[in-house]
Amino acid sequence: MESVKLHYDVSGDDFTRAGEASGNVKHVLKELGFDPEVVRNVSIAMYEGEINMVIHAGGGEIDVEISPDCVSMVLTDHGPGIKDVELAMKAGYSTAPDRVRSLGFGAGMGLPNIKKYTDEMAIETEVDVGTTMRLKVYTADKPSA
Amino acid sequence: MTVQKIKELLEAQVLCGESLLGREVHTACGSDMMSDVLAFVKEQAVLLTGLVNPQVIRTAEMMDMQCIVFVRGKQPDEDMKALAAERGMVLLSTDYEMFTSCGMLYANGLRGRSGA
Repeated sequence: MESVKLHYDVSGDDFTRAGEASGNVKHVLKELGFDPEVVRNVSIAMYEGEINMVIHAGGGEIDVEISPDCVSMVLTDHGPGIKDVELAMKAGYSTAPDRVRSLGFGAGMGLPNIKKYTDEMAIETEVDVGTTMRLKVYTADKPSA
Repeated sequence: MTVQKIKELLEAQVLCGESLLGREVHTACGSDMMSDVLAFVKEQAVLLTGLVNPQVIRTAEMMDMQCIVFVRGKQPDEDMKALAAERGMVLLSTDYEMFTSCGMLYANGLRGRSGA
């Protein structure tokens, strides 16, 4: 299988459409016959990232590369950046406004959850410039470094 | 338990997926917080919720859930129904509250995570 590359523009002003990109990736992975657990891990991690983009950053872009042994995702936004990444990684810590909580999100589980469902997670962020998150889910055993 | 049985126990209205009521399900979870569903739920087939927005369907989709029960008489709009239908989910709506709905399903054999 050659690697498959997918690109998505995530709109920042339509909460109802958040998750479309992740749903599409899930569909593609299923069609390609990936293990259901891999499909779910990728879908949940990307969905959390996509929701974060819409809630915090006014949208962004997601690039996905699917190869037989690994699914890589790069999520880029030009939002406010994350002031304290260590704090943001803490379960239960959230800066989401009440309006977001009333929609069922903002419990402070997004980033910890992304970490839980991926094998590799790297965040590059700068306040007032934006955030890039690089995620990898290996389809079999994680290769040794 | 079949989804049909859930429908009967909760005297629920079927909003979408009528042909899928014969599905067998064994586990469920109840939450209005989708963040928590994504973080703590594993392998549960049924989601009971009082939250009504498209992200409920999306969350259930990511978690491979089969059926969503809207409690307290909540009704999803047509867009949500279409989204669920595309994904082969059953949508039910019951007038019972969350606590009562969960209790009735538990008492009849449906379980939460790891059988507890």
